Parts: sequence; C-alpha cells; structure tokens
Amino acid sequence: MGHQILKTSRLKKLLDRAMPIILSLGVFLAVATVAGLIIDVVSSGWHRLSPGLLTNYASANPAEAGLRSAFLGTIYTVGLSAIICIPLSIATALYLTEFSGTGRLSSILRYNIANLAGVPSIIFGVVGLGFLVYGLGMGRSIIAGAFTLAILTLPLVTVTCIEAINTVPDDLRLGAYALGATKLQVAAHVLLPRALPMMLTGGILGISRAIGEAAPILVISGLLFIREDPVSLFDIFTVMPLQLFNWISRPQMAFRELASAGIIVLLLLLLGLNAAAIVLRHRLTRRLT
Amino acid sequence: MIAETVARSIRRRRQQNKIFTFLFMSSAMVATVTLVIIYATLIYESIGFFQHVNVFEFLTGVKWTPLFEEKNFGVLPIFNATLITSAIAIALAAPAGLASAIFLSEYASMNVRSVVKPVIETLAGIPTVVYGYFALYFLTPEFLRQIIPGLGIHNALATGLMIGVLILPIVASISDDALLAVPADLRFGAYALGARKIDVVMRIAVPAALSGIAASIILAFARAMGETMIAAIAGGFRPVLTSDVRQAMETMTAYIAQVATGDAPHGTVEYQSLFAVGLFLLIITALLNFVGLRVVKRWAIKY
Amino acid sequence: MDSNYILPSFNNPHEMKIANILVGVALVVGLLGGYFAGVSMGGAATTQTVTVGGGATITITQTQTVGGEATVTITRTQTITQAQQTIPGELSGTITIDGSSTVYPLTEAAAEDFMKKYPKVSITVGISGTGGGFKRFVVGETDINDASRPILKAEAETATKNGITWIEVPVAIDGLVVVVNRANTWVDCFTITELKELWKPDSNVRTWKDLRNEWPDEPITLYGPGPDSGTFDYFTERVVGKLKASRTDYIASEDDNVLVAGVEGERNALGYFGYAYYPEARDRIRAVPVKDDLKPGSQCIEPSDATVATYQYPLSRPLFIYVNEQQWRQKPELRAFVIHYVRNGADIAHRVAYTPLPTKYYEAAAILLEADLYGGLYQLSQIHWHDAGPH
Repeated sequence: MGHQILKTSRLKKLLDRAMPIILSLGVFLAVATVAGLIIDVVSSGWHRLSPGLLTNYASANPAEAGLRSAFLGTIYTVGLSAIICIPLSIATALYLTEFSGTGRLSSILRYNIANLAGVPSIIFGVVGLGFLVYGLGMGRSIIAGAFTLAILTLPLVTVTCIEAINTVPDDLRLGAYALGATKLQVAAHVLLPRALPMMLTGGILGISRAIGEAAPILVISGLLFIREDPVSLFDIFTVMPLQLFNWISRPQMAFRELASAGIIVLLLLLLGLNAAAIVLRHRLTRRLT
Repeated sequence: MIAETVARSIRRRRQQNKIFTFLFMSSAMVATVTLVIIYATLIYESIGFFQHVNVFEFLTGVKWTPLFEEKNFGVLPIFNATLITSAIAIALAAPAGLASAIFLSEYASMNVRSVVKPVIETLAGIPTVVYGYFALYFLTPEFLRQIIPGLGIHNALATGLMIGVLILPIVASISDDALLAVPADLRFGAYALGARKIDVVMRIAVPAALSGIAASIILAFARAMGETMIAAIAGGFRPVLTSDVRQAMETMTAYIAQVATGDAPHGTVEYQSLFAVGLFLLIITALLNFVGLRVVKRWAIKY
Repeated sequence: MDSNYILPSFNNPHEMKIANILVGVALVVGLLGGYFAGVSMGGAATTQTVTVGGGATITITQTQTVGGEATVTITRTQTITQAQQTIPGELSGTITIDGSSTVYPLTEAAAEDFMKKYPKVSITVGISGTGGGFKRFVVGETDINDASRPILKAEAETATKNGITWIEVPVAIDGLVVVVNRANTWVDCFTITELKELWKPDSNVRTWKDLRNEWPDEPITLYGPGPDSGTFDYFTERVVGKLKASRTDYIASEDDNVLVAGVEGERNALGYFGYAYYPEARDRIRAVPVKDDLKPGSQCIEPSDATVATYQYPLSRPLFIYVNEQQWRQKPELRAFVIHYVRNGADIAHRVAYTPLPTKYYEAAAILLEADLYGGLYQLSQIHWHDAGPH
C-alpha cells in the first residue's frame, strides 16, 4: 500500500518536472511553422528585394515589376476600413457593456456578433459585390472594399474592445456612478482612457487581418493589372495579397521569386504593425498607472 | 437659482445620455443588420436554386458536379471535405493551443510570456494566401511527401494542418485568458493542501477554466470551417467523397471561391449553387456557435 | 514595302475613313501559305472589292490552290489627298479590359507598352476568366475581352440583346499540350480518340492498359484545368466533342504551375494545359505528340512553336481579343491601342514567350483594322469551332 503511493508519487514527480517541456512543445510547433515559412520565403525571395519593389508598377517584365499599385491600394482600403470599423466597434462595445442591460436585446446582439465572426470571408465578398458594388452602385471601388473589410473585422475588434472595457476595475466605475456621473461621463472619462491601450491592440489586430484577406477583395475587385496610383475613393484598386497571387501563378521562375519577395514585404509590414501595437500598449499602460 | 442651473445641467446630461445611447445602440445593430443582409441575399438566391434542385438530393447526394456538363447537386462530398479538413485542423490546434495556453499562464515567466504570446498572435496575422502557398509548394513536396507516399500535390492533410496552425492562436489566446481568470485563492488552497504544481494545473485550473477552453475550441472549429484561401490553394477543386486524407478534396468554401471568381453567368443554377452552399455553411456555423454559447453558460463556474 | 506607315490622325474618327495617309503605293500582302488542310475558303477564287471613300479602293482576293495552300492577296490603292502628316500625339482616356488568364500576359505587355508611349491613357486589365470576362463584356462593362475561345452562342445572344456588337481579333496562337511524367517511357503518341476515351464523362479508363493493351496496368492520375476556364472549354469541345463534358475525378487547378508540379511528382500522372506554360517546364515533364486520327493521313505531331503556329499540331487554338464596336468608334485611344496590339503582335508574343501567328497575318490584320474592315479576321487565322457564335 505504502509502496504504491510512493510509486505514483515518483511518476507524478517526473510528470511534474516534465510538464513545462511537454507543454512547450505546443508552442514549439507554432514557432517552428512560422520559422519554416519565413526561412522558405526569405531564401527564395530575398535577392529580389529592392526599393523598386515598392515603387515600380506591375509589369510584364519581372525585372521592372513592383507592388506600387497594390501597396497603395492596401493602404487606402485597409486604412479606410479601420476608420469605419474602430469607432463602430468602440461604440458597440460601450453599448453592450454600459448602455444596455443583460436583457434579451443584449444577448441577441452578442450572439449575432459571434455569428458574424463565423461567416466565411468569401461570403462577405459575394454579398459585398451584390449589395455594395451593384446594389448601392459603388462600383468595384476602394470604398466598397473598405466597407466589406470593415464588416469582416468588426467582430474581432468589437470583442477585443469589450474585453478591454471589462478589464477596468469595477470600483472605479461604481465610484464614478456613486459621485453622480452619467453613463456617458463614466464611458468618456473612466472607461475609455483605461481601456484604450487594449482597444488599440484590437484595432491593430483587425488591421492585420484586413491586410491579409484576399478572398473578399478577389470577388469585389478581381485580379487586376493597374499601372496608376489611386486618387479617389471610387477608383478601382488591387491589394498586395492579390498581386502576389497573380505573380505566383506565372510560369516564369522570376515572377515566383518576386512573389516571395512580396511576401517578405507583407510580413515585414505585419510585423511592424504588431510591434507598434506592443509598444503602444506599453506606453499607454505606463502613462495611466 | 442654483437649483435651476443644476436642474438644467441634469436635463442636458440626460439628453446627451439618450442621444449617445441611441448612437451606440445603432452601432451595435450594425452587426445584426449585416447578418440580416447576408442571410437575405443567401436565402433569396437559394430559393432560385432550390427551384431547380431537390432539397433532399442536395442534402443527401454523393456527387457534386454543377460546373460540368452532367450536373449533380449532392452536397455531401464538399461538406465531407470541410468536416475532414476542420477535424484535422482542430486535432492540431486544440492540444497545441491548450498546451501553449497552459504553458503561458502557468509556467512561463513574465519575460518568456511577453515574447511568446506575440509570436503566437502573429500566427493568426499571416495572410491565408501565404499559408496556402506554403502548404502547396513547401509542406507537401518537401516535407509531407517524404513521410507519406502517394500524397497528392493537393491534399486534405496539408490543408488541415495549415488551417490548424492558423486557428491555434484562437485556442491559445482565449484559453490563456480563461486560465488567468481562475482566482488565485483556488490555487493557493490546493498548494496548501500539499498538491504539486501538476495537480494544481491539471486538476484545479483547467477544470475551472473548462467553459472558456471549450468555447475557444468551438470558435476555432467554426473558423476552420469558414477558411477559404488555404482550402482553395492547398486543397484543390476536386469534389470527391472520400476519407483518404492524402487525396485532393474540395471544401465548401473552396467551391464558393471557385464559382464566385469563375465563369458562371448570373442567374444560372451554377451561380446560385454558391449561395445555397454558403447558406448551408452559415446555418451549420450558427448552430455551432449556439451550442458553444450554451456550453459556456452551463459549464461556467461562477466564483 | 509597307514601311514608314504613318497612322492617320485620330482627332476625328470619321476622318479616318477618308484617311489622310501618305501612302501612294499599293500594298500587297503575300502568301499566307502553309496552312494545314483545315482551310475551307471554297475551291475557287473569291474577290471582294470595297470602296473606302475619298478615292481609295481595297481589293481582297482569296484563292485556294490545290494541295491545301491558301493565298490571300490584299491590294490597297490610296490616292494622296493631302500632304498632311499627322502623328497621334495626345491620346487620353480609359480602357477597361478583362477576360482570359491565358491571353492576359499578351494584353498586359501590349498595355504596358502603349501606356509608356501615351502616358495619359489608363488601361486596366482584369483576369476574370474567358467566361467571366464575357459576362461583363456582353453588358458593356468592358471595352475589350481577352478570350481563349470564341464567343459562345449564348453569350452572343445576350450581347445582341443588350445592343452590343463586337470586333473579333485573333492575337496569338496557343495549343493544349498533353504531358506525362519524365519516367513515363511507354507513351509515344496519343490519338484524339484515345484522349476522348480517357477524358469523357463516365469514362471507364482507370489504367494505362485500358487505353492500349501494351501499356502498363497501373492507374493513371489525372491533372487538368478546372471547369471554369477557357482551356477546359476548348479541350472538352475539341477532344470530347461537347462543351464542358468531362470526367470529374481529376485533380483540377486553375494554376498551371500546380499542374506541372503535380505531373512532375508522380510517375503515372497525365495532365493537360496551355502550351504557353510548356517551354518553362520543358525539363520537368514531357509533352506527348498528338495525332488527329479523325483526319485521314495525319501524323503524330509534337507540339512546338512551328507546329502550333501553323495549326499542324491538332490541339492548336487561336487566342482572341473581342473589342466593343461602339467604343471602337467612339474612343480613339481604344482604336489606337487595338491597332498597336495587332501591329506589334509578333513582337509582344515573343516577349512573353507565347507563339505568334504568322507575321503576315499581323500586317494584314493591322491594315484591315485601320481601314475599319474588321470582319473576317477570324477567317484569316482559319480555324473552326462548331459551338461558337455567328461568324
């Protein structure tokens, strides 16, 4: 009897020690995949990296081809979608946490946000094409793409904003109410300032997602060869993932290398955004506490 | 005099409150309105579709060839492909994601955590096109084909694995939050009773956080089912009903992508089929989400 | 002979008919010979005389001699009306192009050249696929549709219903190559009938032995374009005999690189795709010669630039652009672009590693387009298509 307990103890001791190592295998898998991807992409594309990659237009000649239109298209479309999405998400989050109860309406709204998160990205494109491009007559324009991307990233950013608001300690909220503040004042002076860092993270996560989404734009704008800069919101456009998609499908090896270089640019952009999010989060948190 | 000023300012503030409540509520409604528009579009076109195709045949048929000359409309092949790739994805993401979450919340130091957590979040940020081509041109030929003979260039295994990597952060992130929310008292109580760390983690923390963990897995599964580009690029466009993961199989989302970007003219049954498939997928995802929310509510342990 | 050809002024489209051209010489476009026996110009000579106005006359004589050689002679007489040399300087406007992914590289190169010459013209080229492009073309959304097959009857009807008329311009030649793995040593040649047996719907062919007894009894893995592409349309029409009629258990991809990689990786693989992708993949896979056994006296022909361009290779097909006729009349920049495209067709094709049509065709077509005589360019490249729209 005592012997058995001792035995279990030893096994458990072993497991206990080994646990962190076993668990970190999960992390290792994730990191290894990203590392493998990056190594593969960098090795095949790094010699094609040059300033020309960003300043040249698309071309039939790989030596002259670049991402200019796609890069600008991405910036305009994703930028506009962020301008639409972030305020909308903050307002939605505020409503669901402060301005409504836990009643029927609130839970239906939450359920719908979760559902919106589960809609396949291509369906956003198809509905966007029918409703925005043709229905509302926006044409295959930046603004149609921006609205579609905004709705696509809405659930993600909203949920993050809700979480952000929930991290504000109750005492602060209740204290403010006790002093006679209205909901609006609490929201503006107590909640928003403290929740802002995490909300910004959410916004940046949404932007990262929107930059990489090819499917909806593929339906709305299609694969396009454009050799000019977009000027107005109603211009046609293309985005970086689609330009890469275009290059990868060509027979010439040179174009496929160009695609790898383009992927490097895209990954650097995303990395930069993520880093900015972390820095912003730190800065703002430190300032508040 | 003072009472009047106060009364006026209170009235103003109440009005502001009402206006802003209305504004915020409208914002919250956007999600619902969008869903309504999406469903309306899908249902409208699906009605047209089901005038040509029998619902029973759609739900039970085993051949899916709407784009070929000889048309069959059984959705089972592409539904099966979606299920298989999603199952492979979650088989990868659930254990690995949960392991990462436990590691991050229970074992990692602040320094390690501040490095590892962003790295995991980066996984979700990589464009799905990149994942798709990585699976097609690297994972399958250089890696998988060495271990598994007879693996097609398009195959469900690579697709599932890649989607798994994509959704891993969902499981990891939400489970991490759930584990962190478990009160310290519970843990300390266990330690005080002489439990080892492994006991605290596996027998106290994880069960306490179970509803959050379950919700994360359900959310991740729904996301896996809705993933389009990886399935289209790495899974291919061959609709076939099989359980052999070494083969190419077209998922529902890949089919939608194929038709949406393809040649089928508006108003034809081929084009309408994409809406029917989309509606089918949405309904299943909605059901999953509904079950998920219920599960979270029921299993949530209130502290 | 035809050098120093100066384009007419584009300020007034109608003036072009009364062309201020500084050519006083009759141009003779020579022999378009060597065409394979698919020619059906009728046995006798047909002569067509058109008066362009302003004293210019164009005579087109087509004769077919015995032995399958065709002769098309185009004589054009211009009288010098004014000694005004006009070179188009300022062209501006927008041209919207969409359509086939096969024709896209050609149009892309042509558009890039043109935009470098005329920076104020903005050209965008989409890749929605031949059918997807036609979808937009027949409702007037695009000015040009790139097409890897002729317009279908259904598409033509929709266009007519919407009041859209078009100009059909062949721009290059493509072929469909049937490829096998490098380790495949037994296949020497395929006949069209064998390919039909292999690819038809409900085909019973599973192994090589099912096609020919002396071939191995091993299962074939099939690769091909998806049903949503012009290449697929052409192959099913030409080989199986009915549009979009094909077995469905093959590995489909719109990306020809994937098909190459697939065939390269499996010993028993067989695939088909456009010839344009073959030169780059030559050392990775093997193209099989094809024999059109429905045509008496035909041989196994290996696909090459020469055999494809002259239609000797049985699975050759022309690549087209379809131009919106109303826009042709209204937009000088569109007209200039199309003429530029055709005139430089051979050069453009070479630059993007495609197979050009014979040089004489481009010269003749450019001349005809400039004179707004654009019917019959299809006949000029001579091929048949039974499910296509009116010709």
